[in-house]
Amino acid sequence: MKVMISAFVAALVIASLSPIVLNQFGWSSAEQARSESVRLD
Amino acid sequence: MNKNLFGAAALVLATLLFSLAWAQEAPPADRTATGGAQTLEDIMRRQEQLKVDESFRSENLGNPANAAPITDQLGTRGGVSDADAWRSIRYNKIDPTVQSPGPANTVMIQDEGVAWYKLREGPVITYGGSALLGIIVLLVIFYFVRGRIMIDGGPAGTTIERFKAIERFGHWLLAGSFIALGLTGLITLMGRSFLIPVIGADAFAPLAAGSKWLHNNIAWAFMLGLVMTFVMWVAHNIPNKLDWQWIKAGGGIFTKGHPSAKKFNAGQKIIFWTVMILGVSVSLSGLSLLFPFQMPMFADTFGVINSVLGTSLPTDLAPHEEMQYANIWHSIVAFVMMVAIIAHIYIGSVGMEGAFDAMGNGQVDLEWARQHHDLWVAEVEAKQDKGGSS
Repeated sequence: MKVMISAFVAALVIASLSPIVLNQFGWSSAEQARSESVRLD
Repeated sequence: MNKNLFGAAALVLATLLFSLAWAQEAPPADRTATGGAQTLEDIMRRQEQLKVDESFRSENLGNPANAAPITDQLGTRGGVSDADAWRSIRYNKIDPTVQSPGPANTVMIQDEGVAWYKLREGPVITYGGSALLGIIVLLVIFYFVRGRIMIDGGPAGTTIERFKAIERFGHWLLAGSFIALGLTGLITLMGRSFLIPVIGADAFAPLAAGSKWLHNNIAWAFMLGLVMTFVMWVAHNIPNKLDWQWIKAGGGIFTKGHPSAKKFNAGQKIIFWTVMILGVSVSLSGLSLLFPFQMPMFADTFGVINSVLGTSLPTDLAPHEEMQYANIWHSIVAFVMMVAIIAHIYIGSVGMEGAFDAMGNGQVDLEWARQHHDLWVAEVEAKQDKGGSS
């Protein structure tokens, strides 16, 4: 049962770290939804 | 290899199931009475929700080569009338300049989204939800008809190691993340229909936001678990003649004897390959949804299917449409996986005495192992004897 609990905890740790890692690689859902090059002409 | 083509190749096999249903063509229509414009038959077919060949207007977008002199009517528009321009917008045949650039921002009208919404809110929820309830009802009936599968003659009292810690870790990483993905996916898909009427929109909002966060992020644990279990168990899951014997005997479920099996029997191999093939498919469509507009796969997939089967699935898909196909496919595959896994959970827990121990602490009763995996026990004992005598 210890292995099962540790695997569940590992899944949650991976879930918590994944947004940070994705940001490190330059991808985030917040960045994806906005653009710096908005033209107002 | 081009990643889109790779994704297409991976999805094509499973997508073949649906290709015939999507390949229905609208009959050619005689539009001479309206000078090529819409006819009463078109309107009637549309009202009856039948497919209408829209090419008579989607391809009637004007021709700059026929531009009249600028002194004449329409001359400054280069042979394209207002109606032609609006048809171009309607059928996404323009290349507009937009203030906020992005892969999907140049699409002004995307009416395939209506079909996606209706499919998602209708058949996907109805048939998917029914399948989940159906398998649960079937298992309850099975339990009362067959009862729990017990160890013949009772447990031996001595145990044998069935799975090492790393194997159980990989299994539970996959299983735990899959259960979380299944529950949060169902909340996302069905919450609007079933939860908001019960708990209200205010209570549903944080639940939906939390579900989205967990679903998007725990998907990486699922993919890691999928890779781990594949690497550890693929060699034991290659089909062989023994599996056919096991299937012919019905796995021994309704008979007194137990068909021979090695580490994994045919039933377990079916679950393994179901999880692996559908797991890869659901991961690919999930990645496509996780990185919107970055991994379009369905246009390429449909292209491959068309070239193989001669069908005419759409290959000119708007960015939104790619996401809509990914969403529907993701849901369908997930429902099939959930049905299979619910059955797997049943037989691995309440359905069979001694089965849970294999993934619980890794040690199973020797008599259980001899009855369900006799050849594997013989292999393990032969190795132990060899190790002990050397």
